Amino acid sequence: MPITEADVEKVAQLAHLEITKEELKIFAPQMSDIVAYVEQLEALDTSNVEPALGGLTPEGEATDAARDDVTMPSLGQKTALAEAPDGAAGHFRVPKVL
Amino acid sequence: MIETSNSIEGLRKNITSGATNARAIAESAVNAAEKLNESLNAFLEIDRAGALKRAESLHDNQGALTGIPVAVKDNICVEGMQTSCGSRILGNYHPPYNATVIERLLSAGAVVMGKTNCDEFAMGSSNENSAFGPVTNPWDITRVPGGSSGGSAAALAAGIVPVALGSDTGGSVRLPASLCGVFGLKPTYGRNSRYGLVAFGSSLDQVGIFARTAVDVAQVLGVIAGRDPHDATTADVPVPDYLAELSNDVKGARLGLPRSLFGKGLDPEVRASVEAAVDVYRDLGAEIVDVELPNAQYSIAVYYIIATAEASSNLARFDGVRYGFRAEDAPALRQMYRKTREEGFGPEVKRRIMLGTYVLSAGYYEAYYGKAQQVRALIKQDFQKAFESCDAIITPTSPTPAFAIGEKVDNPLAMYLNDIYTVTANLAGIPGISVPCGLSSNRLPIGFQLLGANWSEATLLKLAHAYETAQPFTERPPIYAN
Repeated sequence: MPITEADVEKVAQLAHLEITKEELKIFAPQMSDIVAYVEQLEALDTSNVEPALGGLTPEGEATDAARDDVTMPSLGQKTALAEAPDGAAGHFRVPKVL
Repeated sequence: MIETSNSIEGLRKNITSGATNARAIAESAVNAAEKLNESLNAFLEIDRAGALKRAESLHDNQGALTGIPVAVKDNICVEGMQTSCGSRILGNYHPPYNATVIERLLSAGAVVMGKTNCDEFAMGSSNENSAFGPVTNPWDITRVPGGSSGGSAAALAAGIVPVALGSDTGGSVRLPASLCGVFGLKPTYGRNSRYGLVAFGSSLDQVGIFARTAVDVAQVLGVIAGRDPHDATTADVPVPDYLAELSNDVKGARLGLPRSLFGKGLDPEVRASVEAAVDVYRDLGAEIVDVELPNAQYSIAVYYIIATAEASSNLARFDGVRYGFRAEDAPALRQMYRKTREEGFGPEVKRRIMLGTYVLSAGYYEAYYGKAQQVRALIKQDFQKAFESCDAIITPTSPTPAFAIGEKVDNPLAMYLNDIYTVTANLAGIPGISVPCGLSSNRLPIGFQLLGANWSEATLLKLAHAYETAQPFTERPPIYAN
């Protein structure tokens, strides 16, 4: 299915990207090509195939990720805020929400 | 001048004999990096002061890597240095902690001397997607080094360091290793910790190792591998003594040859070179068996659904709030997010975020992502079946030697097809290593790839070592440190 400039605009909005008119013209045909290529998978019958899920071991098993519920050292407020573009009074300051 | 192009073993011998010391080696590596960066653009940060200070502070026999200089891809966190991921959106970001693989290198006495250039967020096959300019190939600076860990591969190939770290999501260690003429290992998923590696495709990413010999790869893997409480996907599988398990004896080893992958799109010189490597193994006493990987042809399609889907989710965290770049003149929050991401990300990253968002969006999820996960299962099954009849599989690493800078930038799909031989390992979770096996007629490196079953790094390293002993690759590129 070809991807139109309107599709790209919609997807960009979902992805919080403010893309330009020029980018739309470039991305729409490129994404169409890529999506047309990946659609070759449709030809393959997978009706009886269990999907391979991510986040597991290569054998498809869950790892024993649970640890004892004890407090561990963390970064602390000062370090956590050190790289913020706008840190203020122990918080991350952002522009108005509404 | 001290040869930082020496192997770890060689450098360690020279340190313990007193012929040189950690400080002199660090200085030599930093000098070479500074001198060659003008032509290679391999480093985004060279930490002269930090490397010298660190080298001076080391005491003898701190560990297996005492005084060994290491270059680290700029998407792996090193405290005190930048982590830009080759992106404007992180830019001069300085992480407040070390990745687990870095902690382990440091415990063993290594000296991190710089951060290497890469495709933005590791998305690319040529290293042309870095916001800080492309890396060039030391064998021919008009050509790409391969990506996405191109800076690490170029630094290694140019003799600046004996070891470099990269990350491999679809071939980003093995592909540049092949194009630059060095060894490059992607371990089994869960072998190395991903803590402190900036996430791209979380079910595919692994930290990988570049080195000049299989022996050095074995040495470094032994240091960084193993379970990490900070990464729930690291497996509780014992780490063997990779060095002790190395030998040249591959008599009776069964090497699988997937002949169907040696057809269309494969450069004739690469084909001939890999077939010659197969002959070397046959002469060493290995048994060559035919194997089939019928679903490998779908791997690029599967990969560019799963990798982009995971990337769109992982890169949602870059929003101008907690770290990195924030766009100016955006009076409201939502506008700030959008402007920050528009100005901060480059075109390939935007393309992949949008593709990932598209394949995950309502109404399309099952058709794309669901389907891709099913075909991923089929690709895994192909390998499981193949490894019933062989110990490792041999393929080319890259369909062609290094191509010209600019040649494929306008055609993302053509660029994606460079990964045809490498992405299957990430989808299946299995380990793979690229081994240098000669030069093309215009003196560009060619590599072959060995793929093994889960946790079979020792087998792959043994096979790679047998080959390097029989056919040592000793050629040097025109851009070289010593």
